[in-house]
Amino acid sequence: MNQTREFHHRIDDALHNDQLRSNFRSAMTGVMERRAQQFPDDDQLQALREQAQAVRANSLVKQPELLERLEQKLTENGIQVHWAEGSEQANAIIHGILEAAGAKTVVKGKSMVSEETELNQYLEQRGIQIIESDLGEYIIQLAKEPPSHIVMPAVHKNRFEVAELFREFHPDIPYTEDVDELTQTARQVLRTRFANADAGVSGVNFAVAETGTLCLVENEGNGRLSTTAPRLHIAITGIEKVVEKLSDVPPLLEILTKSATGQPITTYFNMISRPRQPNELDGPEAVHLVLLDNGRSRIRVDEELLDTLRCIRCGACINHCPVYVQLGGHAYGTVYPGPIGIALEPQRLGLDQAGTLTSACTMCGACAEVCPVKIPLPKLINRLRAESVNEQRTTTPLSGRGSLRKPSEATIWKLWSRLNSHPRLYRMFTFAATRLRWLTPGKLGAWTRYRSAPRPARQSLHDLARKEGFSNE
Amino acid sequence: MSDTRDTILSRLRTNRPHAVPAPDVYRKPLNWDREQCITSFTERMQAVRGEVHRVGRNAWIDWINTEIPCRDMTRALIGHGAIAENFAAGASAAFELTRYDRKIEEWKDVLFHEIDFAITGSLAGLAESGSLVLWPDTSEPRLMSLAPPLHIALLEADRLYENFAQMIEQEDWADGMPTNALLISGPSKTADIEQTLAYGIHGPKALITLILE
Amino acid sequence: MPAPERAYFFATCLIDLLYPKAGLAGMQLIRRAGVEVIFPEDQTCCGQPAFNSGYRDEALAVARAQLACFRRDIPVVVPSGSCAGMIKAHWPELFAGQPDEAQALAVAARTYELTEFLVDVLDIQLADLGEPVKIAVHTSCSARREMGVADCIQTLLAQLDKVEVLTQDREAECCGFGGTFAVKQADIAGAMVKDKTDALRATGAERVISQDCGCLMNIGGAFEHQGDGPATQHVAEFLLERTS
Repeated sequence: MNQTREFHHRIDDALHNDQLRSNFRSAMTGVMERRAQQFPDDDQLQALREQAQAVRANSLVKQPELLERLEQKLTENGIQVHWAEGSEQANAIIHGILEAAGAKTVVKGKSMVSEETELNQYLEQRGIQIIESDLGEYIIQLAKEPPSHIVMPAVHKNRFEVAELFREFHPDIPYTEDVDELTQTARQVLRTRFANADAGVSGVNFAVAETGTLCLVENEGNGRLSTTAPRLHIAITGIEKVVEKLSDVPPLLEILTKSATGQPITTYFNMISRPRQPNELDGPEAVHLVLLDNGRSRIRVDEELLDTLRCIRCGACINHCPVYVQLGGHAYGTVYPGPIGIALEPQRLGLDQAGTLTSACTMCGACAEVCPVKIPLPKLINRLRAESVNEQRTTTPLSGRGSLRKPSEATIWKLWSRLNSHPRLYRMFTFAATRLRWLTPGKLGAWTRYRSAPRPARQSLHDLARKEGFSNE
Repeated sequence: MSDTRDTILSRLRTNRPHAVPAPDVYRKPLNWDREQCITSFTERMQAVRGEVHRVGRNAWIDWINTEIPCRDMTRALIGHGAIAENFAAGASAAFELTRYDRKIEEWKDVLFHEIDFAITGSLAGLAESGSLVLWPDTSEPRLMSLAPPLHIALLEADRLYENFAQMIEQEDWADGMPTNALLISGPSKTADIEQTLAYGIHGPKALITLILE
Repeated sequence: MPAPERAYFFATCLIDLLYPKAGLAGMQLIRRAGVEVIFPEDQTCCGQPAFNSGYRDEALAVARAQLACFRRDIPVVVPSGSCAGMIKAHWPELFAGQPDEAQALAVAARTYELTEFLVDVLDIQLADLGEPVKIAVHTSCSARREMGVADCIQTLLAQLDKVEVLTQDREAECCGFGGTFAVKQADIAGAMVKDKTDALRATGAERVISQDCGCLMNIGGAFEHQGDGPATQHVAEFLLERTS
């Protein structure tokens, strides 16, 4: 159980880091409050969630047709479309485009999909300089860390840690811990990069098939700059991000920004349909879209698990998860953390690689309650648990089924099942447990590390019911 | 690579999930009159440090002439068309005017480092979210509303829609999208450091909307 | 629905073995309201522990063994949001495609969490005979989100005029029990219960009341281990105590 042991090490590190947990506690509390303020009317919220779910579910049913239509419209518009099955292929395509254009410097907007493919490392190894332009991503790029949240990648860092990083990497700029001043430093440093970069790389929030339009959501302006200033723009997205119609966008945009950061709308909503036209004076002359599969088409085969693909990457589930707030994002060890992470990553990577993550969930349901597209996350996580301990349950194309089965645990559940499905056996057991209660150990492994040991009562409820004259039938 | 495309598409065509009802068109009628639209637009913009002023249709140039030089901003960028010509004709001598009339590659450094503010029009405004709608084009290119530290946008008072859903439907955006369409809802900002809001990161540090009546 | 003449009581394995007085209090409250309470002897467990661990066949075997106990078309009252939630929200999934699916769905359709039954079906009226007391309420995640009965416990407590209900910070946050989670991810659970006990203790409440003994075992056990903190009690025991 290598993955289990490694996960426990990371959990251990996280739980011992008081500063980290304090950072997360205050960050998550704030973002939950801001989201709640955007939804004062619960009826309206539920109606919006229904709408968003309907839009996304519809997109997934029609996915192949929509992708073909998207490709057709984009191509008509002059945007070049590429298909990639996995990370290696996606990175190679992007590298090929950059190389053909002689592009040596790239400025990058936020893209979780590019984290999946590890694009930055791939390009750096091939001599291409790539700089993250979103402030949070820039901070973790300096720190050489992966993001700890899908929307707020540097949420685990406080201002002192950022100040230290800026001191190290921008020695010419006077040291400061003031957030406004740190922000101005980032503006100053990145401004020239935007102006001089050969290419911009971005993600996509929604890809509209009807009109061949790529939609990007952002607050800082780095996304617009990355997709407007350089001569070349390459966008990469997961194939599940396609939506059918332009009219699908407003409800998704509204619920995305309100759920993600508690904003009625982000500073910019950027809709790109064409490269620079002959009479236009700016914008990239060449625009490419890479459509990445990376396991998504396989997930869609399963009628229950495909709900995972409705996700619009708002992060609300992560923000509300009582486990995530204790661990932070890095403990999960995967690109996507929190509830969406433990539902998606075992499917993407295989239960044998990431199935152990499903244990980091109490099934409290806080995530499902806030998911803007009503993904039944606890149900999916429970299903993955069932698949990880039993290879023969289904034939769904999920790799590593049964890989977490432990013969000792399976035996315990078999015995438990026998005991609890035979009433007389059960009553014998409870009789023995109550009458021999003085034998209950005071230490019960992990339980008693934090709590006193429970002890059987003197008489079971079965006994008391009989004594008090409650009828059996 | 068409192999990859075919592989992915054929996998998607196998085991198609059960059909679901097509979503209704999302409409959120607020039944606001023009005054309510202006009020909502203004409040939402101001809540994120956007400046909003109502000025007479012929008074916007005077407003800029009066208010902007004292903010230490004199290097103005204009495009082409009525707004640009009118401003060029009536601009205060305090301003140094640059026209965006050549490809960006020819003058990037100036645009990024030597322009204080740009003046553009707008296609419309969205009252509910406090957003300007821009369709940049040859006469007012994309970087005008992005690179300079101040963006001044003119918005016709009777071009305020309630919300995005309403505008997309009523103006039939699905019929044809431009190279780039934008919703701009304030000056640029970030909360990436300790979730503390900081304004003026990569996009404009300030956004002024002049509502023309 | 008009008050039924009789109702089944489903102990839950946790209450049966560890907190029988809570179960008995529940039965007595219902009996006192004029309903005959039937306690089928052959009942054992709803199957949840195995279900949440991924052992669905084992869970199904246990769940189906309960069906014979609750055959009559009368309510099944469960003194636990978690076990009621298993029956109502998850038996449909567990029994999907099974030969006894219809039977299981029928039982699920007439299953109530205890406070839900007392409020929505019996509309019981309570007179507070106790001394003034300050309490805090911990609603389990299942009671809150699966069964939607957070308001039922509040409604009952609101009838007790000498009981002051204090609200802890992050009231809706999970206590970290999660059934087998507390053992499989013991350290995360330990961190979660510490936050929960800190928040509850900070209210100054003398007692913590809940619809769920699983949470109480977790929270109460943590208070004991830490060496100080309010007493914990199942809502049925508390209500019976206050009104007797």
